[in-house]
Amino acid sequence: MSFMELLQAVIPTALFYSAPLIFTALGGVFSERSGVVNIGLEGLMVMGAFVGIVFNLTFSDVFGSWTPWISILAAMIVGAIFAIIHAVASVTFYADQVVSGVAINFLALGIGIFLTKQWYDKGQTDMVSQPFYTTDIPILADIPFLGRIFFQGIYPTSYVAILFAFIAWYMLYKTPFGLRLRAVGEHPMAADTNGINVYKMRYIAVIISGAMGGLGGAVFALTIALNFSHATIVGQGFMALAAVIFGKWHPLGAMGAALFFGFAQSLSVIGGGIPLLADVPQVFLLIAPYVLTILALAGFIGRAEAPKANGVPYIKGNR
Amino acid sequence: MMQNKWFNILVPVISVFIGLLAGALIMLSFGYNPIQGYIALFKGAFGDLYFFGETIRQTTPYILTGLAIAFAFRVGLFNIGAEGQVIVGWLAAVWIGSTVDAPIYIHLPLALLAAAIAGALWGFIPGLLKAGLGVHEVIVTIMLNYVALYSSNAIIRNVLTENADKTDMIAPTASLASEWLENLTYFSRMHYGIFIALVAALVMWFMIERTKLGFELKSVGYNKHASKYAGMSVKRNIILAMLISGLFAGLAGSMEGLGTYGNMTVSSGFSNIGFDGIAVALLGANNAFGVVLAAFLFGALKVGALNMPTQAGVPNELVDIIIALIIFFVASSYLIRWIILRFKREGK
Repeated sequence: MSFMELLQAVIPTALFYSAPLIFTALGGVFSERSGVVNIGLEGLMVMGAFVGIVFNLTFSDVFGSWTPWISILAAMIVGAIFAIIHAVASVTFYADQVVSGVAINFLALGIGIFLTKQWYDKGQTDMVSQPFYTTDIPILADIPFLGRIFFQGIYPTSYVAILFAFIAWYMLYKTPFGLRLRAVGEHPMAADTNGINVYKMRYIAVIISGAMGGLGGAVFALTIALNFSHATIVGQGFMALAAVIFGKWHPLGAMGAALFFGFAQSLSVIGGGIPLLADVPQVFLLIAPYVLTILALAGFIGRAEAPKANGVPYIKGNR
Repeated sequence: MMQNKWFNILVPVISVFIGLLAGALIMLSFGYNPIQGYIALFKGAFGDLYFFGETIRQTTPYILTGLAIAFAFRVGLFNIGAEGQVIVGWLAAVWIGSTVDAPIYIHLPLALLAAAIAGALWGFIPGLLKAGLGVHEVIVTIMLNYVALYSSNAIIRNVLTENADKTDMIAPTASLASEWLENLTYFSRMHYGIFIALVAALVMWFMIERTKLGFELKSVGYNKHASKYAGMSVKRNIILAMLISGLFAGLAGSMEGLGTYGNMTVSSGFSNIGFDGIAVALLGANNAFGVVLAAFLFGALKVGALNMPTQAGVPNELVDIIIALIIFFVASSYLIRWIILRFKREGK
């Protein structure tokens, strides 16, 4: 295998695996920047995967080749609505945010499988007929050398994900909205005295994270899994959470981390064909994202500082 | 003070009630008869001695993971990594159980000890990172769950077997299985582990309520700064708490490895015993006695649910939804408190 072929094998696969992680991790960044810990990313992805698949199966005749795009939109909307539960519990009722997130994970899987059995009479859905397909990006694919690696046989969702990361960065760091959202997560009382509605900002942030988590789950389902069962989303949400932290709660950092984790995953899939990596046991590639996150948190790879008020319910009038 | 105690009992009871009510509403809205559904659930959990034995079997690891998480909660730590600690405990127990050759009075305790040590070590890592570097234990334990899952899969495939998907069965000398209990319950998989779990609950109660160590741990949980000022080592207590918490969870793994299954299978996902333990601990108000009751409730729900598809046609995942809702309501106890106070005021 030449170096060129190697790149051509690894990079599209890495992009392919990281897209769902990027979407979900961006959602996590919004939520945690506003001070709401979101362990429920996994559940939000489950919800998104479920909705994406069911919508796709139901409406593939109506929308034709547009079905996957409309499916992920539907998943975003349902994910956003579903996340309101987390917002109500953790913002309005001052619930422990980690506990509420755990409940979200249970609830999403319970609802997903319950409805699957209800509607399809079995534990998993059929395969979708209208998934995302790889395409060549027009014009860019013709660039010599780079075109072949980056723009041929690529899922369009991978580029949407990267685009979203830049949009998220712009929103969080270049707009008044983003400043307020971050202020609420760093020092809610100071934000409150400056006239920012802490509860409203946190609600918005959690709902955005729901939409992005739903999007991530649906993209995963419609590019990688192609059906829905209890084993469709197993840990991708937690890996996205790891990307949030590894990326130091920054949208572009989270994207970088997600790309890296996607890369690690793609290596564990196609590693056997790569001369140097064929000898590395697969398990090391599988656990790499998690171990690296722990090391990053421990400060061995640059200190990861969480938003100051992350995980603390804001109770008006309390000091 | 009196009122607080009252609330601590009332909140879980109301939460369970609302959860079951929501389950009934879901059944109604999908055209099932909720009464039939719940009768099927009840029969599936307590219908005859076999089902009762299975309920107890399911309760056994729940008690231990519930204790693990409750113990950490008491010190103000959230051990979401019970799942990973269960896995390493399970693996260690099966490892010793299937490879060592010894008489039962050495072999069984040795296998249990191995599970406890493995779990404790897996809890020690986040404890150390929290105490030494201030790293949040929730994230570290989540990450360690996956490390445990993938590593133990690799160990089963490459070390314990030659590329097989499950380990050998453990030797009878390491088994917790009991012919007496099995015969008593029409050959359910109930095993001696339940006694270990109940003793563990007693130990936790004693440790927390009657020893100096327990006093220090609780004190650190209430107020770190005050404890430090009073001369306690906060770091030492955090590490100890995670260690003991992991020990309980590791034992829970051995219940599955030495009692229920007798081996360990390569798995793509979690057993959920650790995650369900979070629900058990919350519902049990982090109290040893409460944990036993909550574990029994969840054990009954989980086992009874298996009877729902056949007898009432209701998918058994309904119970997962109910459990999730119960967690929500317990977590949102502020809501329940608020409603109760509201009613009281209007009553006057």
